[in-house]
Amino acid sequence: MPSTRAQTVRDAVGLGVAVGLYGVAFGAAADAAGLDVWQALTLSALMFTGASQFALVGVLGAGGGALAAVGSALLLGTRNTVYGVRLLPLLQPRGTLRRLGTAHWVIDETTALALAAPDRDLARLAFWTGGASLYLSWNAMTVVGALGAAALGATAQAALDAVVPAAFLALLWPRLQRGWDEAPAQRRVALGGALVALALTPVVPAGVQVVAAVVAVALAGRGRR
Amino acid sequence: MSTVWVAVVVGAVGCYLLKVAGLSVPAAWVEHPVVARVVEFVPAALLGALVAVQAATSGSELVLDGRLVGLAVAALALALRAPFVVVLLLAGAAGALVQVLTG
Repeated sequence: MPSTRAQTVRDAVGLGVAVGLYGVAFGAAADAAGLDVWQALTLSALMFTGASQFALVGVLGAGGGALAAVGSALLLGTRNTVYGVRLLPLLQPRGTLRRLGTAHWVIDETTALALAAPDRDLARLAFWTGGASLYLSWNAMTVVGALGAAALGATAQAALDAVVPAAFLALLWPRLQRGWDEAPAQRRVALGGALVALALTPVVPAGVQVVAAVVAVALAGRGRR
Repeated sequence: MSTVWVAVVVGAVGCYLLKVAGLSVPAAWVEHPVVARVVEFVPAALLGALVAVQAATSGSELVLDGRLVGLAVAALALALRAPFVVVLLLAGAAGALVQVLTG
C-alpha cells in the first residue's frame, strides 16, 4: 500500500531530522572538552552513536586519557551489538559490503524505527530513510554546535559547562523511570556509579574514575539474581 | 598524533566493530546472560558516573559551582517531562546566571 510506505518514510525522516538536531549539543560538548571541529565531526561521521560520543568527549573533558575515554565509549557501544542481533532477521543484509554498510547505522533510533514497522519491507524502508536523515542531520548539527560553541564568551561558556552534565542526566533519566525494566535496580546502579566516581576523583588520574566506577558497580552487582 | 585523535579514531573503529559484531556473530553469544546483564546495567553506572564527574569535579578536585545548580534545574525539568532541548536550555541558563551573580 503506497500510502503506508509514504507514511513510513515521513515518520522515519521526521524522527531522523529531529534527533539529529541534538548534534548541536554534541558539537558544543566536544568543543567544551577541548576537541576541534574536525575531531567532533570525525566522531559524528565515523562513530555515529550519540551516547558513546558524549561519553568519549566527557572523559577527555574531565582530563582523562585516551584509554579511559575509549573504554567508556565502548561500554556504551555494546548496546548496538544487541540491536544488530535483533535487526538481522528484519534487514537480512546480503553480502559482506551490505552488512558492513548496514552496521554503521545500527543505533537506538534506527532500531526502534525498524522494530516498530508492521512488516519486513517497511522495517527496511524505515531503517534506511531514518538512518540517512539522522546521519545527515546529526553531522551537520555537530559542525554547527562545535563552531558555535567556539565563538562563545565567558558567560556563555558557563552556560555550556552546565549543559553537559544536564545532557548526561537527560540520557540517563528514562532508565530510572517506572516502565523501564528493573528501574529500581537501575537507580541503585546509577547512584552507585555517581558516588564511586566522586569518591575516586581525588585519588585516581582524571577520567579513570568514570571507568573505575563502572567496574566497581559491576563487581558489586555480580551474582545478584 | 595527539591523544585526542588517538581516542577519536580508536573509539570510532571500536564502536563500529561492536555494531558489525551484532550483525555477524551467532545470536547466542550476544544473548548470553552475562552479556545481557552488562548491556542492561552498564549504561546506568556509566551515565551516573559521568553526570557526577561533569557536574561536580574539576581535574582531581570536587567543585561546587553553577554546573550543580544547572543539574538541579535539569532534574526538575525532566521530572516535569520537559523535552530534551528545553532541559538543556534551562540548565544552561541556570549555569550562566550563577556565573553572572558570582563571577
